[in-house]
Amino acid sequence: MTQADDAALVARLQAGDQTAYAQLVEDNASRIYRLALRMMGNEEDAEDVLQETFLSAFKAIDKFQSRSSLSTWLYRIASNAALMRLRKKEPVQVSVDEPIERDDGDTLPRQFFDFCCLPEETLLRDEAHEEMKRAVDELPVTLRSVFILRDIEGLSTEETANALDLSISAVKSRLMRARLKLREELSTYFARYGNGAQN
Amino acid sequence: MTSEPAADNHATHDCRRYIDNLSDYADGTLDDDLCRELETHMEHCENCRVVVNTFTKTVTLYHQLPAPEIPNTVRERLYKVLDLREFRPEDDE
Repeated sequence: MTQADDAALVARLQAGDQTAYAQLVEDNASRIYRLALRMMGNEEDAEDVLQETFLSAFKAIDKFQSRSSLSTWLYRIASNAALMRLRKKEPVQVSVDEPIERDDGDTLPRQFFDFCCLPEETLLRDEAHEEMKRAVDELPVTLRSVFILRDIEGLSTEETANALDLSISAVKSRLMRARLKLREELSTYFARYGNGAQN
Repeated sequence: MTSEPAADNHATHDCRRYIDNLSDYADGTLDDDLCRELETHMEHCENCRVVVNTFTKTVTLYHQLPAPEIPNTVRERLYKVLDLREFRPEDDE
């Protein structure tokens, strides 16, 4: 959707046009559901976040000022809704503050199996995809949210920062740590195929 | 190629510096000079070469991860909750 399309839709939304509300849902429900499912890890909570996102967006549409695109704004509402729910479930682990930066033990690579040489059918098998999803689920939520928006949903660094109300440097730092942790997990997982296991 | 932990051998000052810039390298946004330095370093540091390759591959694999679809029932309930069923665009899926 271009900026002009966005502006036209915003004008209709702010005028209370119900077909515009439906269009906003139709255009964005899939991506918001994907984000919610990956953040929450289960379909029931994902659906709650999806509904809450659009209900909140409709209430706040009059205050929308086009400082970001509509889709980034929705990502922001959905991320906040998901984080609020996760915080209720895991109050100790979920904080919107900067994660405590730990050094060597947290980010230094320890697994040096080169899985790049494995056949594509091993890398892309369903079991590998499940392992990839599990690894994301196990990321601390502060890293998970950045990784999902940036590397899975394909937002730019700036859009991710905007959606999560973070600085650019915080996004880069969290993305780096998330990617390093996932690399470590995938290396450990795929190492079994390089150490004699058969497909 | 090894899967043995070798962190102690890998924690040289140079290696740490390159690890700190891995994301920019994987995204193709690393400064040209540092990029050349890293590639030269990888020629004689096997562990860094593996880490860089697998780091980049990890990002690529996640980019290719199939996207979950929103179930029709979930979409229908969403329109109902929002009281927008009569305004829903024609299904063009």
